[in-house]
Amino acid sequence: MRPVRIALVGALSGVLALSGCAGSTEGAGNTGSTADPSATTAQSPQGAAFPVTVQAGNGPVVVQKRPERIVSLSPTATENLFAVGAGPQVVAVDDQSNHPAQAPKTTLSGFKPNVEAIVAKKPDLVVLANDIDGVVGKLGALGVPVLVEPAAAKLDDAYDQITDLGLATGNVDRAEEVADGMRKQIEALAAEAPKDKKLTYYHELDSTPYSATSTTFIGQIYGLFGLTNIADKAPDAAGGYPKLSAEFVVKADPDIVFLADTKCCGQSRETLAKRPGWSGLSAIKKDRVVALDDDLASRWGPRVVDLVKQVGEAVRKTATS
Amino acid sequence: MTDLSRPSTGSSSPEVAPGLLRTAGRRLPRRTAGPRPFVTLAACLLLLASMLAALLVGAADIAPRGAALQLLDWLPFVSADSGLAPVERALLLELRLPRVLLAAIVGGLLACAGAGYQGVFRNPLADPYLLGAAAGAGLTTTAVIVFTTGEGDTLLVPGAAFAGAIGGVLLAYALGNVAGRGGGTATLVLAGVAVTSFLTAVQTFLQQLDVEELQRVYGWILGNVGGGWEQVRLILPYAAVSVVVMLLYGRLLDVLSVGDDEAASLGVNVARVRLVVLLAASLATASAVAVSGLIGFVGIVVPHVVRRLAGGSYRVVLPLSLVGGAVFLVLADLAARTVIAPAELPIGVVTAFAGAPFFVAVLRLTRRVET
Repeated sequence: MRPVRIALVGALSGVLALSGCAGSTEGAGNTGSTADPSATTAQSPQGAAFPVTVQAGNGPVVVQKRPERIVSLSPTATENLFAVGAGPQVVAVDDQSNHPAQAPKTTLSGFKPNVEAIVAKKPDLVVLANDIDGVVGKLGALGVPVLVEPAAAKLDDAYDQITDLGLATGNVDRAEEVADGMRKQIEALAAEAPKDKKLTYYHELDSTPYSATSTTFIGQIYGLFGLTNIADKAPDAAGGYPKLSAEFVVKADPDIVFLADTKCCGQSRETLAKRPGWSGLSAIKKDRVVALDDDLASRWGPRVVDLVKQVGEAVRKTATS
Repeated sequence: MTDLSRPSTGSSSPEVAPGLLRTAGRRLPRRTAGPRPFVTLAACLLLLASMLAALLVGAADIAPRGAALQLLDWLPFVSADSGLAPVERALLLELRLPRVLLAAIVGGLLACAGAGYQGVFRNPLADPYLLGAAAGAGLTTTAVIVFTTGEGDTLLVPGAAFAGAIGGVLLAYALGNVAGRGGGTATLVLAGVAVTSFLTAVQTFLQQLDVEELQRVYGWILGNVGGGWEQVRLILPYAAVSVVVMLLYGRLLDVLSVGDDEAASLGVNVARVRLVVLLAASLATASAVAVSGLIGFVGIVVPHVVRRLAGGSYRVVLPLSLVGGAVFLVLADLAARTVIAPAELPIGVVTAFAGAPFFVAVLRLTRRVET
């Protein structure tokens, strides 16, 4: 994960917090008013009532009918769409969306969105994470509904985005199932982890080394396990993603090191040990360097559960050894 | 940019070796130039003091007394018991010491190269990145970051940056020679501007290909001297060669400063002097860029400070820039890693923050001289 996206998280999390994610409840009411609730659950997804109003990052968005040509310009949204069963409705995803494998990957970019190229896919719904270059306004002017789903700032936001997308695509029930399932699994994993050891950790975003404090989404995940973040000593001025001093990391000597720069930058326990002064770190000596998947540790979609499992496993191993 | 292109007349009148000038029959120096033992000694003491301060202060609290003893112990023929824990010892000797040394070497190289460029182009605004060294290194480094996973980062990035910096300068030089036969330094500077724009465009394109790596490219551009002993060893031979050549040519740069024709009439091979100093300064720049990224403003700020404090002779400016650049970058790095500790500022932010206001002052001053 690169702090580029992170910076956007910071900028957009405020927007998200303001707009809230009340879309699911409002939408559910909408469904109930037009159809018998018991009938809705029995019906196929196509039967879900449209139009629906979704409270997205860009305010309330009305989706007139069940979208059949969705374009996703956000890897997280792509994973969410496929998880809620909207995969068959997706016609194109951006160049960073590498999961799931059957997602129709294209050269479209979410970081440098090209309105003409997006419109050429004839979308009836576009989902993206950031309104870059005024793309939302331009697509809106062309009559294409756009959902902005910025990177989640906390777990509840991540769940809300899944139910939002379920509502917008006519997959309400499946989305509720997915979000509830995630919530239950994550709560269970957090509950069964030993928390009495007062373990410290260091989460690395790149070898510079950038880290993340406890206020960030990833920091909150570690917080579930009662871990103490060494990056929290950095002043607020450094933002939620401070570039730490290498000598500080060595001195802090964290119990566990989590690497979120294994794919981008090829980092591992071996490369860490080769850094000047790092070979003596107890996490390296005791093999407590956890190699995370960069994507898992930067996309707050359905696979957050896998991340939480990996963290929980590392905490259990460290606490019992 | 246009300022850089005109052959400058703005630099303060340099002090020229008297023996050479008598034959030319032109303005006599106000005072004899040459190495200034006291100023040099004071500068060296300042360097030692700032390095010591930089070694004793850092994000990790190490008792200053223990750290000082440990440093003494590190010196040859001295042994002292510091009482430091093994982690603290490693931290001091493997992280802080090489970092301070690297800052000193890089700062010295950039400042010395800046002084060299200013002498060659007779332009007070020339800096080590004038001829495309920065853009070339930026391009090759971005390519490496985008197209590899960074497995071999420790050697790959420095190698690419070095090759890119040298390549950028050679390209500008070749272009300048093709474009303007006998056009002199102005054409060369313009060629540098063109090469810089072109290479930067390619670099930006590469960056767009892989936005995920934007942060790494950006981080490299802002500079970092935390490379460890490996990088110190890597840079030393190139640093030594380039600095020795530049210092030896200080006298000839002084002659050059009276003008091409006058220098030629004094028996100086102007084109050759220019080429040799240019090559040495570019080698210094390339090796500094290779281990530290693109640290701005050192190369332009320091030589000007030196000139104002100790006079304009290149026999003084070059060695004092070497020492002064080292002091400046050691202190800048100290600020970068302590101001918001345990987080760090990119060193380029600190040097530019201190350097930019100074740059404006230099602009103002040179304009006043010309009008």
